[in-house]
Amino acid sequence: MLPPVFGVLFDGIAYGMLLFLLSVGMSVTLGLMNFVNLAHCAFGMLGAYVTVMLMKNFNWNFFATLPFAFLAAAFVSVLVERTLYRRLYRATDLDQVLLTIGLAFISVAAAAWFFGTTQQPVAMPSYMRGSITFFGLNIGIYRLFLIAVGIVVTILLVMTLEHTRFGAQVRAAVDNQRMARGLGIDVDRTFAVTFALGSGLAGLGGALAIEIVGLDPHFAFVYLVYVLIVVSVGGLGSIAGSFAAACLIGISDIAGKYYVPQLGGFLIYLVMVAVLMWKPAGLFGKRS
Amino acid sequence: MTASDPAAAMTPQTYMQSLSRWRVLEIAFWLATLLPFWLFPTYLSLASQIAITALFALSLDLILGYAGIVSLGHAAFFGLGAYSAGIFTKFVWGEPFSGLLVAALVAGIVGFASSFIISRFRHLTLIMITLGLGLLLHEAANSMSWLTGGSDGLQGVSIKPVFGVFKFDLYGYTAYGYALGILFLCFLFTRRLINSPFGLALRGIRENFTRMPAIGADSRAHIRKVYTISAIIAGIAGGILAQTTETVALEVLSFERSADVLVMLVLGGAGRLYGGLIGAGVFMIARDQFSGIAPQYWYFWIGVLLVVVVMLLPNGILGGLSKLTARWRRK
Repeated sequence: MLPPVFGVLFDGIAYGMLLFLLSVGMSVTLGLMNFVNLAHCAFGMLGAYVTVMLMKNFNWNFFATLPFAFLAAAFVSVLVERTLYRRLYRATDLDQVLLTIGLAFISVAAAAWFFGTTQQPVAMPSYMRGSITFFGLNIGIYRLFLIAVGIVVTILLVMTLEHTRFGAQVRAAVDNQRMARGLGIDVDRTFAVTFALGSGLAGLGGALAIEIVGLDPHFAFVYLVYVLIVVSVGGLGSIAGSFAAACLIGISDIAGKYYVPQLGGFLIYLVMVAVLMWKPAGLFGKRS
Repeated sequence: MTASDPAAAMTPQTYMQSLSRWRVLEIAFWLATLLPFWLFPTYLSLASQIAITALFALSLDLILGYAGIVSLGHAAFFGLGAYSAGIFTKFVWGEPFSGLLVAALVAGIVGFASSFIISRFRHLTLIMITLGLGLLLHEAANSMSWLTGGSDGLQGVSIKPVFGVFKFDLYGYTAYGYALGILFLCFLFTRRLINSPFGLALRGIRENFTRMPAIGADSRAHIRKVYTISAIIAGIAGGILAQTTETVALEVLSFERSADVLVMLVLGGAGRLYGGLIGAGVFMIARDQFSGIAPQYWYFWIGVLLVVVVMLLPNGILGGLSKLTARWRRK
């Protein structure tokens, strides 16, 4: 028999995987272009709504909708990047914050307009719903699935970044954009592709999150805070950092709510402020 | 809004004096703020809300517009002021000015303490720290419901008449007069501060954080000072809200309030004394009108507005206006 602390750890890691999927794209784009994209979770929300609509109106299987959640978020993000974001790469933090917060506001209102303000129910396939008992520990199958997806995505990302030509270009551009341009790397194109990939992952994360946290138009803001925390704690442009920070925040959140419920959502903010005071550039970050 | 006349250039003293000279437009603006008493007596409670929000925006302008500190958690001080004034009024004494003093004191102490953190960081980390501190305080107020009333809000704040004479009435005559008076006093103080060498140093920090110490102005010490002052003014604004509405809702500490005030300031024009005031007026009146039509889509228009301002009007309404007048003068 395992003590309940393992259950908390397990749930925390599963939650952390969701946060990781939602935030890894933002971490890389922030590190790459120094672009503060507060509308990032709006792409996550878009993916989630795509999944809900396909399941509700067309009776698709949950798993069949996931690629479309990814693609829809990636596609819309490229449109926005081409038309709006690229004009502000050289602008101040404040302008970027304002533009993207504006887009997030628009997305919340648009979601409320099209889908209503109520929670969207989804019916998971029955085999994803139960739980298995492992040494006296109740393990939700869906959470297990989340952890598996998180690990697969991490491995794929790390492999892509470490062992492909494109990955080398991204790493070069994150480390020193000017020098990368000087070497003939098309940083703008690299950024557009990375941006689409990151937003697509957010869309996937959003779709996967419905079962755990529900979906309503405030998703874009509620999870923005978590994503920002993960990104700044992990350090910009670092996948390992995002992964570690997402696990840390996921576990702190679940453990905080389980062991010290009177603190409420307190613990993660404390963790964030403490980490940033200790390391302003984040756990794995190179620069602030 | 700065009158730059290179021909009459000048000793530093005369330059500083020329900055702080009152212009006709300014006097007209403040006279115009008295109009609601006669023209829109039914909208006085909205007018007092505008005055309070304008004061809050003014406090943000000090740190954001002049010192370049982007804060996504400025509602922390507004809420602190509101709660301390509300709690003081409810449990200790209902006299309004002493309540404001308490609000200013509490917000100032917390602002001073957190300024040591703020002055260490720049850019994204700074945004995140301010956001985190704001959310921490929001959670704290929520969980300390024995003191703050939690999500039900602080009820039963009953305030004594201003100067013992003017009772807070239903129509908001006293509320608007009171809020406007405090706003004007704080504005005078801010105006003096901005047109002082200290204000010039702040603008220097905004333009180049690392170079200022080289000419003898310690950036961090300046940031600590201005952040504390800004926290005090935000606390006063919150205090007025608590006193005039006689209740404090948890919303005073919310992220939305921090975001809204940022929007107003940018809409009006950050880094200009009147930017926050104009922005607050336009924003609050627009919200009053629009949300009558479709309240839940109000934020859609705010979003569109933000995109338009960032893309087309980088210095806000006042920036656009002064560009227009400059063009008109040249012709």
